Amino acid sequence: MMTRILLLGVLAVLLIAAPFFAYPVTLMTILCFVIFACSFNLLLGYTGLLCFGHAMFFGSAAYVTGYLLKTTGLSLELALLGGAGATALLGLFVGLIALRRSGIQFAMITFAIAQFVYFLLLRAPFTGGEDGMQSIPRSALFGVFDISSSFTFYYVVLGITVLSVWFFYRIVHSPFGEVLKAIRDNDQRVESLGFKPERFKLVAFVLSAALAGLAGGLKATVFQFATLTDVSFPISSEVILMTLLGGLGTLSGPIVGAGIIILLNDYLADFGEWALIAQGVILLLVIMFFRRGVVGELDRVLRKIRARRAS
Amino acid sequence: MSETLSLDERRPDADASAYALTARGLTKQFGGFHAVKNVDLSIRRGSIHALIGPNGAGKTTCFNLLTKTLTPTAGTITFEGRDITGMRAADVARLGLVRSFQISATFPHLTALENVRVALQSAYGKAFHFWRSLSAVEPLNARAEELLDRVGLAQSRNLTAAELSYGKKRALEIATTLALDPQIMLLDEPTAGMGHEDIEPITELIREAAKGRTVLIVEHNLSVVSTLCDRITVLQHGQLLTEGSYAEVSSNPDVITAYMGGVDDD
Repeated sequence: MMTRILLLGVLAVLLIAAPFFAYPVTLMTILCFVIFACSFNLLLGYTGLLCFGHAMFFGSAAYVTGYLLKTTGLSLELALLGGAGATALLGLFVGLIALRRSGIQFAMITFAIAQFVYFLLLRAPFTGGEDGMQSIPRSALFGVFDISSSFTFYYVVLGITVLSVWFFYRIVHSPFGEVLKAIRDNDQRVESLGFKPERFKLVAFVLSAALAGLAGGLKATVFQFATLTDVSFPISSEVILMTLLGGLGTLSGPIVGAGIIILLNDYLADFGEWALIAQGVILLLVIMFFRRGVVGELDRVLRKIRARRAS
Repeated sequence: MSETLSLDERRPDADASAYALTARGLTKQFGGFHAVKNVDLSIRRGSIHALIGPNGAGKTTCFNLLTKTLTPTAGTITFEGRDITGMRAADVARLGLVRSFQISATFPHLTALENVRVALQSAYGKAFHFWRSLSAVEPLNARAEELLDRVGLAQSRNLTAAELSYGKKRALEIATTLALDPQIMLLDEPTAGMGHEDIEPITELIREAAKGRTVLIVEHNLSVVSTLCDRITVLQHGQLLTEGSYAEVSSNPDVITAYMGGVDDD
């Protein structure tokens, strides 16, 4: 318990000090993807649903939040909530269709709808098509706090990320989360105990979509533009990679995975296509040798040491 | 009471209210194949009823029809006077008809306590509360511990189900099923894959759990059936072969032929 408080304290200090040492935009990108990875983990790690088109929520919220900021002059937090709300609705719609099937069929339906959303956004008049939506303003937070400098904005993004991770933690450790984990383990048995698993999956899907939307909207305000890349398949696959790399079904795994992948992309950016090849090699290594992911393997090693000490 | 019983012995349909679960003309077709064909079944309230038969007799299909895991091609199923033929497994579970599974059906990543608590949540009405901490379901812990204690798992409450031995997993399943306080429990081969040392305690558990309830059990192990069950239905080729007490059934020449010339105890 003491060590945990100590660890959290060290983490807090690091997070607060980070923008003094590192480029704030990179840090904010990591934080956005931390939220995105948590939303994905809620589905794959805690409900057992593999969504193959999660970028549709990330990307469409980026456009909705951007559009709200550009045209309505809403303050930042309302625009973000608007984006998350819109993707919650989209999630409800997609969930109602895709959750009629499970396993690979569910994955393929989400993929198909994500492709459809991509082309819809490519053609829609307000998105700017191939050019994307440019110069999204960072309106004042709550209408008063100036957040135009990336340094200040980092702390806002950090705050939203902490809240989001806490929200994710709350869902996973709630009465609802307990049923979700049971559904992941054996949904037939859950049904035989008097629950309707598809309703729980739908609620989880909507919550996940909303959280992914928050991440996307936040990313649009960090970079001040939204592009088709945000809704494209590579983003959907990247979040799968983050989750597997960090550790599926662990609370912090996907968070660590998000950090590693974004930093890697950043360092390898100069090498162009090599970033993708490196990602491929990492995925292969993780699947072949570290199936529990970084956090999962670390946890196993720590447990072993603790067990040896105890005996 | 004794008069009603003797009437029932002769004409199973005479007094429908004596039966917790009845099936009429139950049929399940897979393509052209009749897995279950025109089966009539009446499970007397408060009894332990076995469904037996050689491999491929349609026991499991029949069981899955009764528990609403499969939808029948034809026929009706009545539970406590209510037609449940078109209902879902989740709904009949809430009415008090709860099944177990042949393969161990625990939630491996949840602790023993959480396994039982999930089942208790079914009637608790807070299962969708994603914004609350687990303290919202802590009032259920006492009942969950009581159930674990009843099946001899009090010491294992904080172990995940994956860490439990096979026999303990089956015990946990029974505790989970009992958490719904079902009127009728349908158990799918509760001793399947068990060594001798585990069979006796599980049989005892079922006998104990059956008090005040009705139990339908699909079982391969005839020694378990002989000691546990009041009434036995034998299926063969998807059809009803005979029904009666263990003594009646085991001396029936058709049953002996169906089991290849002898009662096999394994």
